[in-house]
Amino acid sequence: MTAATEEPPIRRGVPLWVQIIIWIGLLGLLVLVGITLNKREQGTVQPGDVIPDFTLPLFSGYEYAGQSGIKLSDLSGRVVVLNFWASWCKPCEQEAAELQEAWKYYEPTGQVVFLGADYVDTEPEARVYLQKYGITFPNGPDMGTRISQLFRIQGVPETYFIDKTGVLRYVQVGPFSSLEQIQAQIDLLLSE
Amino acid sequence: MFAEFGYGVLVVTFVLALYSVGASIYGYFNKSAALIESARRSMLLTFPLLTLAAGVLIALLVRGDFQVQFVYEVTSKSMPTYLKVTAWWGGQSGSLLFWSWLMSAFASAVMLRKWNRDQEFLPWVIVVTGVTVAFFLLLNILFENPFARLFQTIDGNIAAYTFAPANSTPLVPADGRGLNPLLRHPGMVIHPPMLYLGFVSFIIPFAFAIAALVTGRTDDRWIRVTRRWTLWAWLFLSFGLVLGGRWAYDVLGWGGYWGWDPVEIAAFMPWLTGTAFLHSVMIQEKRGMLKQWNMVLIILTYALVIFGTFLTRSGVLSSVHAFAQSAIGPSFFVFIGVTFVVSIGLLIYRWADLRAEAEMKSMLSREALFLLNNLLFMSVLVVCFWGVIFPLISELFTGQKVTVGPPFYERANSPLFAGLMLLMAIAPLSAWGHSTVKTLGRAIWKPAIAALVITAITFFTYTRNWIALIGFFLVALTVLVTLYEFWRGARARQHLQDENFFTALARLTGRNRRRYGGYVIHISMMLMAIGILGIELFQSQTQGTLQVNESLELQGYKLVYKDIASWDDGNANVNHTRAVMEVYKNDQWLAELHPRTDYYFDSQQNMTLPGVRSTLGDDVYIILVDWEPASAIGATFKIYVNPLVNWLWIGSLAFLFGVIIAAWPDKDPEREMVRAGQRSRQNSAAD
Amino acid sequence: MKTQLHFTFFVLLIVLAGVLVAPVLAQGQPPTDDDVNAVARQLYCPVCENTPLDVCPTQACAQWRDLIRSMLAEGKNEAEIKQYFVDNYGARVLNEPPREGLNWLVYIVPPLVILVGAVILVRTLRTWKKPQVVPQVESPRAEAPVDDYVARLEEEVRKKN
Repeated sequence: MTAATEEPPIRRGVPLWVQIIIWIGLLGLLVLVGITLNKREQGTVQPGDVIPDFTLPLFSGYEYAGQSGIKLSDLSGRVVVLNFWASWCKPCEQEAAELQEAWKYYEPTGQVVFLGADYVDTEPEARVYLQKYGITFPNGPDMGTRISQLFRIQGVPETYFIDKTGVLRYVQVGPFSSLEQIQAQIDLLLSE
Repeated sequence: MFAEFGYGVLVVTFVLALYSVGASIYGYFNKSAALIESARRSMLLTFPLLTLAAGVLIALLVRGDFQVQFVYEVTSKSMPTYLKVTAWWGGQSGSLLFWSWLMSAFASAVMLRKWNRDQEFLPWVIVVTGVTVAFFLLLNILFENPFARLFQTIDGNIAAYTFAPANSTPLVPADGRGLNPLLRHPGMVIHPPMLYLGFVSFIIPFAFAIAALVTGRTDDRWIRVTRRWTLWAWLFLSFGLVLGGRWAYDVLGWGGYWGWDPVEIAAFMPWLTGTAFLHSVMIQEKRGMLKQWNMVLIILTYALVIFGTFLTRSGVLSSVHAFAQSAIGPSFFVFIGVTFVVSIGLLIYRWADLRAEAEMKSMLSREALFLLNNLLFMSVLVVCFWGVIFPLISELFTGQKVTVGPPFYERANSPLFAGLMLLMAIAPLSAWGHSTVKTLGRAIWKPAIAALVITAITFFTYTRNWIALIGFFLVALTVLVTLYEFWRGARARQHLQDENFFTALARLTGRNRRRYGGYVIHISMMLMAIGILGIELFQSQTQGTLQVNESLELQGYKLVYKDIASWDDGNANVNHTRAVMEVYKNDQWLAELHPRTDYYFDSQQNMTLPGVRSTLGDDVYIILVDWEPASAIGATFKIYVNPLVNWLWIGSLAFLFGVIIAAWPDKDPEREMVRAGQRSRQNSAAD
Repeated sequence: MKTQLHFTFFVLLIVLAGVLVAPVLAQGQPPTDDDVNAVARQLYCPVCENTPLDVCPTQACAQWRDLIRSMLAEGKNEAEIKQYFVDNYGARVLNEPPREGLNWLVYIVPPLVILVGAVILVRTLRTWKKPQVVPQVESPRAEAPVDDYVARLEEEVRKKN
């Protein structure tokens, strides 16, 4: 036990400035974790959101209008179908043919643009995949995963339908089951 | 029906836990002993009830009732029974129930102790444990129901529901998905339970600390009551961590035992503060100091436990260890927020009452060195915490995701661990209250010289790596100093009591279990340090593709590829691919090893099991990386030579031994007095 | 004189040619698995969670290791390969945050906090250390270790009872 003292010990609480630091620190931690949790719970970008502008660099041979990069803002007035895929992604192969067919169907109208964003992939394997399915629509690597982070994709394949005014209208998580499914969405957006 | 019964038991237990909390609070403020007793009994009931619920779940798992979604997700027909039982903690909802069950076990055990001297603590211990049990049960009841069953509704949707929705038919899959192959290993059987035991048991010291703060009984009582709990909690946590490392080494096939993965670190952080607490609590007992700091440490330990659990289960951290995204995130977030705010608020409120006379005569006294020990542990904690949190900060402020990996942690923590090793060598020689450089110097110079000699020998025979040499020096110094303490004490006893040396040693340890148990633990940590130094600094690896009878060479070993075979094990739904490698050194045959890969058809996942030859000197560790049956390319092997790694496992066994010594109940002096009083009363009554 | 100069020049030329040719010759050897792993070990799989690239078993990771192999064969060094991965897949493929911008905080904050903790500790110890005459007699431990130690031991045991 402690020895008896001559005078009573000074009973001080925690100094105010220390308390302020502690509470601010705790609040900061909770806010940080809370916001991160919220982000994780959010899932992908949802229909109704305006998509900020982004630039997709394109593989050589897969250019659009002769340009080696494409900006979303350049495509305003057209329906944009953005498809995230990867060569190592097995489910992506299930929809590859249908996507190309849909592109062939809509390309002549000039009103619809299909974009392929290659997610975390290697170019040689990507080219093998594109050739295998005869894909011709503009395709390029999602450098630094910036675009996929923008859309908060949860995996591949995912396809985002953006209308003529740059607003997201439909999200397809996973491969399409049929060509008609793709066409239905595009026709809806074209008719507006 | 059966599953619904299990769910009902969960709900009843939840209500009971809430009742205990309410009755305790009401009973405390209205001074009603009867209400508090009622609260204690209902808290006691939670354990048998949860055992019942757990029993139902285990029965469903073993029976293979695949309509229950959890059973479908973690078991399959081909799994052996013991694995089906351990699948209880193989998924989020089951492991939450496991957690609640363990917590109620500890809560109930604490309810059973004699409360006569601690009446005022009881209501608040009930409140803390009751709120926590209720919260985890709430997660099961509302968000992750292990008893939810699969139904198909009229429009073709398949989902899991607690109760059968209208117009739906039960969906009973023919077979389950099966447990993740990585978890189908004896290590999986024991690592999570041990880890959860460690985490969960820290709630008891925390509950007593909160009770002490609330009631204002800020003297030593809460520490004395919970001392043994804390030691066992720390043992379980330590063992859980070591077993995780062993499992990673045996099964995950990357030749290592610790990856500085955020989830590993989340489990490591409470261990750091727990160890700091075990030491600084001794200062409070011996010198009455540091009451405030000990409160901070125990609250911090528990806070880190639940914070770590939250990070792992909510999906905030991405990791191979983490559970999949879950709906429990938001409510768990509220729970930890409330816990932190209440704990810190109480601590600040009572801060002044915790102040005690503090006096430090010497900067080298044992108290000062223990404080330095605390500073070092807290420093490691700061490094780890920052490394875990920073990616979240980076993502929030810059949108860029970064990884904080092993180089950061190793670089920052190595000097801190070295400092701790040095302290382990010096502190036993330092006295409570007073020590000077001279006294310490006199005590340490002999072991120091011996350690230098050992290091010099190591320098000439084993390695020139200066980091390793410093490490080995510190290991040798600590072991020598600690053994010297044993020797000195035993010799002293020998002289005094006229016993032979070994009796003296045994009695010495027996009468001073905490100190000498602690010394054994320190020695075991040094053995583990030898293993860690060996594998971290001297691991070598090579990879190559071989045809049959070709070989790879590494560190003097020659590994010859002899054969390979692939076959299906129909029963277990597994395809085994097993290679035969022969190990030679200096043209002498040493062993035949069988690295293999198992492919599980139900979960479509691979498991690589290394072939390992273990000696005290090193491990030869072979992984079969790749083999295409139809191709002529050959098989690809990766070979690791891990020097000294088995000292890590030897050290952990010694650690277990040390904790048993330290935690073995002494004759409680207070109980002795009571018994002596009773005996004398009986004697006088018999007159 | 002139012959010597010509000769020296000629030798230099040969040496220079050798130096230029050597890397090409070295390149002739394909990178071994160990070379690939040495680089892959410092990278994390861009897709899987917290898995180093040299141990990751997925097909995608095998592709990335092949990519490293081909880049090594082209003569790229480790730093260039790492930079390529960062450009393509983001900074999280590195096993440490790159030292730029906000990331400096990773490296600076812990030492700062530890320093603050050490300062607090020292100041607290000083507050507790009552100014007191250091006892002249040093603790007789070392001189008569056995007897004094025994006395302390017995005292402790007595205290416990």
